Amino acid sequence: MNDGPENIIVVKDLVKKFGSFIANDHLTFNVRKGEIFGFLGANGAGKTTAIRILCGLSYPTSGIIHVGGYDVYTQREKIKKNIGYMCQRFSLYDDLTVFENIRFYAAIYGLSRKEIELRSSNLLQRLKLEEAHNKLIRDIPLGWKQKLAFSVAIIHDPRIVFLDEPTGGVDPITRRQFWNMIYETARQGITVFVTTHYMDEAEYCDRVSIMVEGKIAALDTPLALREQFGAANMNEVFLKLARAKITEDV
Amino acid sequence: MLLPDSGTAMVEGLEIVKDRKKIRKMIGYMPGRFSLYQDLSVEENLRFFATIFGTTIQENYALVKDIYRHIEPFRKRRAGKLSGGMKQKLALSCALIHKPEVLFLDEPTTGVDAVSRQEFWEMLKRLQSHGITILVSTPYMDEARLCDKIALIQNGSVMKISTPEQVINQYRLGLFSVSSTDVYRLLHDLQEIPGAHSVHAFGQTAHVAFEEGSLSEEAILNFLTIKEHQVVKIKRINPTIEDCFMELMSPASLNDSK
Repeated sequence: MNDGPENIIVVKDLVKKFGSFIANDHLTFNVRKGEIFGFLGANGAGKTTAIRILCGLSYPTSGIIHVGGYDVYTQREKIKKNIGYMCQRFSLYDDLTVFENIRFYAAIYGLSRKEIELRSSNLLQRLKLEEAHNKLIRDIPLGWKQKLAFSVAIIHDPRIVFLDEPTGGVDPITRRQFWNMIYETARQGITVFVTTHYMDEAEYCDRVSIMVEGKIAALDTPLALREQFGAANMNEVFLKLARAKITEDV
Repeated sequence: MLLPDSGTAMVEGLEIVKDRKKIRKMIGYMPGRFSLYQDLSVEENLRFFATIFGTTIQENYALVKDIYRHIEPFRKRRAGKLSGGMKQKLALSCALIHKPEVLFLDEPTTGVDAVSRQEFWEMLKRLQSHGITILVSTPYMDEARLCDKIALIQNGSVMKISTPEQVINQYRLGLFSVSSTDVYRLLHDLQEIPGAHSVHAFGQTAHVAFEEGSLSEEAILNFLTIKEHQVVKIKRINPTIEDCFMELMSPASLNDSK
């Protein structure tokens, strides 16, 4: 398959079944290099299943999936070296300090001792966490944790970073600061693949897909989606798609 | 569950330290983290909570019916195997089964999608009509709008308690909603516009707050035209709760209140 120079993730007919349950039902989409791609959907729509497959953590039942030019069936280790991953809950170790967490992840990603020194001090400086570097993760505020978890997820300069609900439960100002970091990351050329339940954040993405019950129900720029569904904002687009499905079922 | 170092508080006329055992009987509590028994079934969890409070599922079924009927088809399933939305409904049913007077919900909708959040709030409104008082915490500012009264809390202190309408009425700044074709660059450039008090991203627009008289529509338009922005739209708007909350959180307001 020719991925094309501009597509960093290529997914064609991805199917994932658990017994008779179809979690991902023939997903087909591409993610372009350097874009912020919003991967939306209701709880249980199959987002996390798809992300785990893209990250090389779980095998698909069928379909062609390339991430960073690598095949998810045969080149999972290569994929893992080229991506970063942050989910809301399990990213950092609560009983290690800020500094220890940074060093731990940098070492896991195989950075040299010298690189680790350099990048961790840069990171602490950038996040203004120098004074807190010896604090345990459990003692720092949620907003700091999330910014730190994100920075740690890209400490090895991956080509793609996957963010699974990175801003859940965060105050409005911290959420916006977090999105500033996402923008900066994308401008450095790192592709951002992000899920969120905040529909204002969906507007900040270059393109957005909306999953409903295992299928991609819509995929386009936020502007095109608003026009297509005659909606004032992404929240209305989302409610139209996800709620329509629920009403059909009842 | 936790004692204060000092101060006092009352719940339904009872004192939180001295009468805490009595209080526990009359309140329902849904913690932020799912804390039911993962290896008991849906039905066993609900029966367990009913029994602890000396009642039965049958006795208060009417109260939880609306919520519980969604998960009743799965009543033999272990709670640990439920989806997020179903866990949330079970937790709410368990918090309600003894017919509490006051319901405490700690971030019940964090990590919950827009459709389920809407349904959850419809359930809360119905519970309210049964006469149950509800104290709910949330990081979603659109939900604040649905409350009768809100308290905004930052760093352990309450910045403001009043109705959503009053919070909005007390916002002292003027507000423009601004959009152009490149929102990221727009936000970046607006940070430097003279006369602005603060600039925040709001979906496809930027909200620019200003002291009355210090910034005009023309000034913004001129500024953005020089910066070569395309299709600039500027509108005078009323603040949302989110605007108010962010203004209260800003260092300037915190100093004012000291």
